[in-house]
Amino acid sequence: MSVRNLPVEELVARALEGNRRAVGRLLTLVERGGTDADEIADLAHQQARGAHIVGITGAPGAGKSTLTGQLTRLLPEMGVAPAVLAVDPSSPLTGGAILGDRIRMDNIAGEGTFIRSVATRGHAGGLALSVPGCVRVFDAAGFDPVIIETVGVGQVEVDVVAAADTTVVVVNPGWGDAVQANKAGLLEVADIFVINKADRPGASDTRRDLELMLDLSHVSGLEDDSGYRPPILMTTATDGEGVAAVWDSVLAHREHLTSSGQLSTRQAARLRYEITNRVEAQLHVEASAAIDRADLSEALSPIKLAAQITDRLLRD
Amino acid sequence: MTSSHDDWQAAFDASPQRDAPFETMSGVEVEAVYGDAPYPGQYPYTRGLFPAGYRSRLWTMRMFAGFGTAEDTNARFKELLRHGGTGLSTAFDMPTLMGRDSDSSWSLGEVGRAGVAIDTLSDMEDLFADIELDKVSTSMTINGPAASMLAMYVAVGEKNGVARGHLAGTIQNDILKEYQAQKEYIYPPRPSMRIVTDMVKFTTAEMPRWHPISISGYHIREAGSTAAQELAFTLANGFAYVEAALAEGQDIDEFGRRLSFFFNSHIDFFEEIGKFRAARRIWARWMKERYGATDERAMMCRFHTQTAGVSLTAQQPEINIARVALQALAGALGGTQSLHTDSYDEALALPSEKAARIALRTQQVVAHETGVANVADPLGGAPYVEWMTDEMERQAEAVFAHLDELGNGSILEGCYTGIENGYFVGEIADSAYRFEREVNADRRIIVGVNAFTEGTEDDDPNLLRIDAETEAYQLKRLETVKHDRDSAAVANALDQITTDAQDPTINLMPSIIDAVRVYATEEEVAMAMEKVFGTYVEQAIV
Amino acid sequence: MPDPSTSSPKIRVVLAKLGLDGHDRGIKVVARILRDAGMEVIYLGLRQTTASIVAAAEQEDADAIGLSMHNAGHLTLAPAMLAALDEAELDIPVIIGGIVPDDDVEVLLVTGVAAVLGPGAPAADVVAAVRDVVVS
Repeated sequence: MSVRNLPVEELVARALEGNRRAVGRLLTLVERGGTDADEIADLAHQQARGAHIVGITGAPGAGKSTLTGQLTRLLPEMGVAPAVLAVDPSSPLTGGAILGDRIRMDNIAGEGTFIRSVATRGHAGGLALSVPGCVRVFDAAGFDPVIIETVGVGQVEVDVVAAADTTVVVVNPGWGDAVQANKAGLLEVADIFVINKADRPGASDTRRDLELMLDLSHVSGLEDDSGYRPPILMTTATDGEGVAAVWDSVLAHREHLTSSGQLSTRQAARLRYEITNRVEAQLHVEASAAIDRADLSEALSPIKLAAQITDRLLRD
Repeated sequence: MTSSHDDWQAAFDASPQRDAPFETMSGVEVEAVYGDAPYPGQYPYTRGLFPAGYRSRLWTMRMFAGFGTAEDTNARFKELLRHGGTGLSTAFDMPTLMGRDSDSSWSLGEVGRAGVAIDTLSDMEDLFADIELDKVSTSMTINGPAASMLAMYVAVGEKNGVARGHLAGTIQNDILKEYQAQKEYIYPPRPSMRIVTDMVKFTTAEMPRWHPISISGYHIREAGSTAAQELAFTLANGFAYVEAALAEGQDIDEFGRRLSFFFNSHIDFFEEIGKFRAARRIWARWMKERYGATDERAMMCRFHTQTAGVSLTAQQPEINIARVALQALAGALGGTQSLHTDSYDEALALPSEKAARIALRTQQVVAHETGVANVADPLGGAPYVEWMTDEMERQAEAVFAHLDELGNGSILEGCYTGIENGYFVGEIADSAYRFEREVNADRRIIVGVNAFTEGTEDDDPNLLRIDAETEAYQLKRLETVKHDRDSAAVANALDQITTDAQDPTINLMPSIIDAVRVYATEEEVAMAMEKVFGTYVEQAIV
Repeated sequence: MPDPSTSSPKIRVVLAKLGLDGHDRGIKVVARILRDAGMEVIYLGLRQTTASIVAAAEQEDADAIGLSMHNAGHLTLAPAMLAALDEAELDIPVIIGGIVPDDDVEVLLVTGVAAVLGPGAPAADVVAAVRDVVVS
């Protein structure tokens, strides 16, 4: 029987045994949403193994996929099987997408790596709902770490990555890049900074800029009260230079999270983020339906009408 | 460099003249040139490189073909030489072009298909058996593994008693356009460029009759670029090679005159003619003004032209003969030095013998019947043609400015950056998609495809089929060579290549020649360098 | 109660060049055509092997695989691709695009290729071919 037509429980059972085809299928169902997706997320949640979740983000062209690719080469050499969710935007006009991130990973990725390309599918809220589900599937299937890679433009893309255990922000040499990263809200979420293409002029200037921002972190809120200071690493991802040090920093950050007790705080925050998204999404739908049902031509002010609809909605 | 009519007349009088009647078919005598200065043969050569145009010499009708084993191609070479030909053009099969041996898993189904399979010196020996290499000129269309092929040619020459200094020919060796369009690369751009400059240095020092690079826009156009992009990217690549050679301390007048170009002739008639004319003008100006060439021969953009394979349709393929004729005419009016005309069945399969003959006959009609060869740059001075030439130049200059900025004042660095950030492939893919959408929306008519389709359902013409025996035969040959050679010597020679590759100050050619001499395979040589240089994977700009 | 997170099934297509042939103009145009028809295209690029395509199709849960061939290698490579998919127990339809003579089209279809698209196939035909093989 084709995996395609198997019931959800059977798919999950197979995925837990390491059947990659089943994992691939589950991810599709999770992405599609609905009752199957909820059931899968529930089943996977019961099988959670606590994989470390790493978010990698940065401006387009910064070298995120290349860095991720190098990690998929390095980690299997160290005996761990990573899974990657590579997120790219859908075309706002057609809803279609060309997903090309695999190219930078496929030919170097080590044994056991699992790479899945994900499109944002227009409605950004969908991503916030589907990514946690996909991560759960990977975790239950035994992949550790799970790497989420997104372009650091757009609030949801940043939020999704910020909800990881360790968030890596990739910038390139040049003051402009640090400023852009700051504007995009990337600096606040960084646990590790990577200056990629460090062989280019301006790398040390960018490092100085970032150090300066970290020094001012009591103003900007970059530094937490546990005394952790995000390290700034230099890589040339195209040839793998410095990538091992990035992974060492991820492990060091994880160690910090564990010893400082922040790991559970983060996990709780991530759950809250997921629950918030689900509740908000559900409320959004309910609200839309209620608004559709309401007679908007009633001779009330829009303010009063909105209050009335909300009241009714919450009572039901 | 003066440009008066008297100067032109003097140069014209000193030029050789073909024995042909320079008059119309009705007997009207015509001048060698019309219009204003600068005349043909005068800087910046917009109107042609030579004062008498095709009156001195027609373009070379260079038909590029070949498949099967080295012996098959050798037989064809000898046939050609018996009929008075002196130029041998070698087409390699896809595995050879990619640095793969016939026994690689990658090569399955491709051996000997689109050209000859060369794995070791033994194949090269058979390819040129009984041919006097000091009496012919050999063209090799290969890029990624070009150094190995040149090394094997040198080694064959030695075996036949011809010193490398007496070998004449051209190797395409234009690696930059591989990353932009044709995609037959092995290593990343910078180490590949080191191999190219090593070859330029080696041939400059030891092979004075050899042309080490043919800078090719043909493949850029076939990949979907516009005419102006073909022009701009090709010349920019040319500037990049010049800058790389200058950085190595080479003399621009010395290597500049050994560079040549290869363009596409597509179907938009006047745009193509404008492109060819602009190419000569831009190259001359940049070589003189930006790079300081003083020898006029180093400012001359000599080019080969091939009609546009991508313009040929699988639907009603005979119509392609008309397309090829018009494209050949544009090449002639644009002043090409040599021309390959495509066969009408190429959208369906490799050219059949009959189709290849018709293609040659087509350019013979242009050369001998139409009278266009009587007058140099016959369209020069026509307002539309001059405007189009200026427009092509303007668009190309905008691209140069962009690359110059990308490279902080270096076109070479700009080309590297443009390759790395997907500029070239992105621009080409955008142009290809725009054209495709226009055809799909019927805004562009392609006869037989989206209009005038009656007759399209006719049967395919007789197509060329290649049997599977070539592959089996070649595998057997390679096995025998590998069995018979001195494997310790091969291992040592390959180690030496790897060692040399680690030191950018060492020229790679000597160790590659040593390796192919002891029958190291093409792939073994490629892998010996790959250990140091790594491989290249195109980033996805779709 | 309406479900907030359901989106209509997207067609996901893996596109690749199998083998050494580097002609990628056609496949890049096809990638855009499919994107503009609302599909998700996972583009693997040049020089893929049957093994790398199988791995990607499995991980991406592809609804269809599109291969582009311009080097007359289709009679060797297409059957190899189908065999590799069989071996991996993946029932994903394969579409071949490129220069394929009429006689060979029949051979490929008999071998198990789901559809063949010739050079210059209109965008509508490309989209229809993918939709057809995915539905059936």
